[in-house]
Amino acid sequence: MRHTISVLVENKFGVLARVAGLFSARGYNIASLAVSETLDPQISYMTIVVEAKDAKVLEQINKQLNKLIDVITVTDFTNKEYLDRELVLAKINYAPKDKSKLETIFNKFVGKIIYHKADVAIIEAVGDQHQIGELLNELDKFGIKELVRTGKLAISN
Amino acid sequence: MVGARILLESLKKEGVEVIFGYPGGQVLPIFDQLYDFGLKLILTRHEQGAAHAADGFSRATGKVGVCLATSGPGATNLVTGIATAYMDSIPMVAITGQVGTHLIGNDAFQEADVTGITRPVTKHNFLVKDVKDLARTIAEAFYIASSGRPGPVLVDIPLDVQRADTEFIWPEKVNIRSYQPTYSGHPGQIKKAAKLISNSKKPIIYAGGGVITSGAALELKELAEKLQAPVTTTFMGLGGFSGAHKLFLGMLGMHGTAYANHAVMESDLIIAVGARFDDRVTGRLDDFAPGAKVVHIDIDPSSISKNVRVDVPIVGDAKNILLELIKEIKKSPDTTEWLRTVENWKKKHPLTYKDDSAMIKPQYILEQLWDLTKGDAVICTEVGQSQMWACQWYQYLTPRTFISSGGLGTMGFGFPAAMGAKIGRPEKEVFNIAGDGSIQMNIQELATCVANKINVKVLIFNNGFLGMVRQWQELFYKKRYSYTPITSPDYVLLAQSYGAVGMCVTKKSEVRAALQKAIETQNTVFIDFRIEPEENVYPMVPSGQAINKMIEGLA
Repeated sequence: MRHTISVLVENKFGVLARVAGLFSARGYNIASLAVSETLDPQISYMTIVVEAKDAKVLEQINKQLNKLIDVITVTDFTNKEYLDRELVLAKINYAPKDKSKLETIFNKFVGKIIYHKADVAIIEAVGDQHQIGELLNELDKFGIKELVRTGKLAISN
Repeated sequence: MVGARILLESLKKEGVEVIFGYPGGQVLPIFDQLYDFGLKLILTRHEQGAAHAADGFSRATGKVGVCLATSGPGATNLVTGIATAYMDSIPMVAITGQVGTHLIGNDAFQEADVTGITRPVTKHNFLVKDVKDLARTIAEAFYIASSGRPGPVLVDIPLDVQRADTEFIWPEKVNIRSYQPTYSGHPGQIKKAAKLISNSKKPIIYAGGGVITSGAALELKELAEKLQAPVTTTFMGLGGFSGAHKLFLGMLGMHGTAYANHAVMESDLIIAVGARFDDRVTGRLDDFAPGAKVVHIDIDPSSISKNVRVDVPIVGDAKNILLELIKEIKKSPDTTEWLRTVENWKKKHPLTYKDDSAMIKPQYILEQLWDLTKGDAVICTEVGQSQMWACQWYQYLTPRTFISSGGLGTMGFGFPAAMGAKIGRPEKEVFNIAGDGSIQMNIQELATCVANKINVKVLIFNNGFLGMVRQWQELFYKKRYSYTPITSPDYVLLAQSYGAVGMCVTKKSEVRAALQKAIETQNTVFIDFRIEPEENVYPMVPSGQAINKMIEGLA
């Protein structure tokens, strides 16, 4: 099962390697990872989505993260209320006649065209995992040539 | 003041009197300062020796051990020693030189990414890029190494930082907002534990290295006596409870006593103090102590419920928690019947060996050593059969008298660790119980011992084999002794060539006199005991079995 964890860390070189090393040393895979500065430039915020096969593994991940000297707080969003968003950029096959079809899709799902030329359009979408999933299903019909995603960002509510 | 000097002033502020190290190109400024600073450096013959010696010093004294090496190969040679200390939670500060900051990442001569290499085997590490951060970093390194669950911390100092000039400002207090270890146990949890204890019928105390780290031996004794509960320790816990106490069952686990393993398996309550339910202790996890509830006292939250399901976890310092727990237990359980059962196991499955050989039995040497020293010595060991015999056949009466690589099982640890221990406790007789395999892994430290008059006594249990691996091959690989027969030099001549004293003992009747002579000799002594070549360590729990499924064969 996938779990979302946020981690406040000291904004220093090497901290990302410590966090990543903790996962790799135990053979745990990071599904997504987003890192950036907070309001306090000395602190960074990480949102980590991780696959944990059971509660014991998840408990160890939380405890081991807490054990790192540069980690300030760990929040496990499992069983907590939170909002999450992901930004996706998708490069799809495009012809001018597709424009109205795409607009119908965007009326129903998240997303907009931010660039297009003769045969290619770039779609930007921000949404939760479910919304992004639905949109990608629709875009698949056009043929997705390239896809980049930020990974999940999560904030408690 | 230059960085190199700031480093030494900082070490002085931390109360460091001796460090173990080896010079090199990227620590020249530090060694230049050491020339007349008044801080003693023991020049080992290999950086690995320096790391183990700092570790042994720490284990013998409870202080932070310090080692120092140059960049690149100097630093990588420390890694085994750092990993050894990490696995056994030993406070240590390792200082390494690094190429100049402008060269880092350029594949410069003797450059290695040492903070990268040591990240998984240190509690924390630092690369100091600005001399202004140096004093504070050293203070933080010592604080992190010695607080909470201790461990090694590495500080990597580039050459230009050692040379750079700044004012020396020593931080009197260290506060790291992201690192706040818990020392006092949760009162509610302690109450719950006390209740479980009062209601138990077959309690057993399972104590680990945390008792020694925390200085909780007295409190542990008080708890055991109050409850009249039997006590078993882990390998790391040996000495944390007196080996001569009537409630003591010896070590548990793979090569533990049969009665300790039976008692744990049959208990209805395990009180774990500063121990981590390591796989060598639990054997097959699914079958481990099926009827027991578990109270687990540990300073590291990540140790709790890692292997064994815990009913009452108490996070904090063992000494603090034991003091509170003893106060909280209003009614001690009635253990009369339980102690009788345990006593029967002791009678039925004693530790034993067949002493009928013309050859010297290793157990016999340890019995004689016990008889001559009565526990008033520091016993260091290498790794393998000799190490396990040392756990079984010598009684450790007080903390810090047994020094051995537990978690990592590092061959070559014992001799340099004994050196460090002797420097930390010069008034004690220090022995290294070695096999003929392990002793050849850091034998170069003979030169360090002789040059510095560090008189350690090395007892080589020479059986011509890498004995523990041979034992596994005998029992589980149809006696196919693949690359386990091993040759040795003439240890007598070797010791003499270094200026130490060598003896060779081939007869049982000469064992005691040789040990006596070693004790009386004011020099480093190597005794080459030619022991029974195929003696095995028993009892033994085969890998992956429940710990009451022991092979108890009399060899």
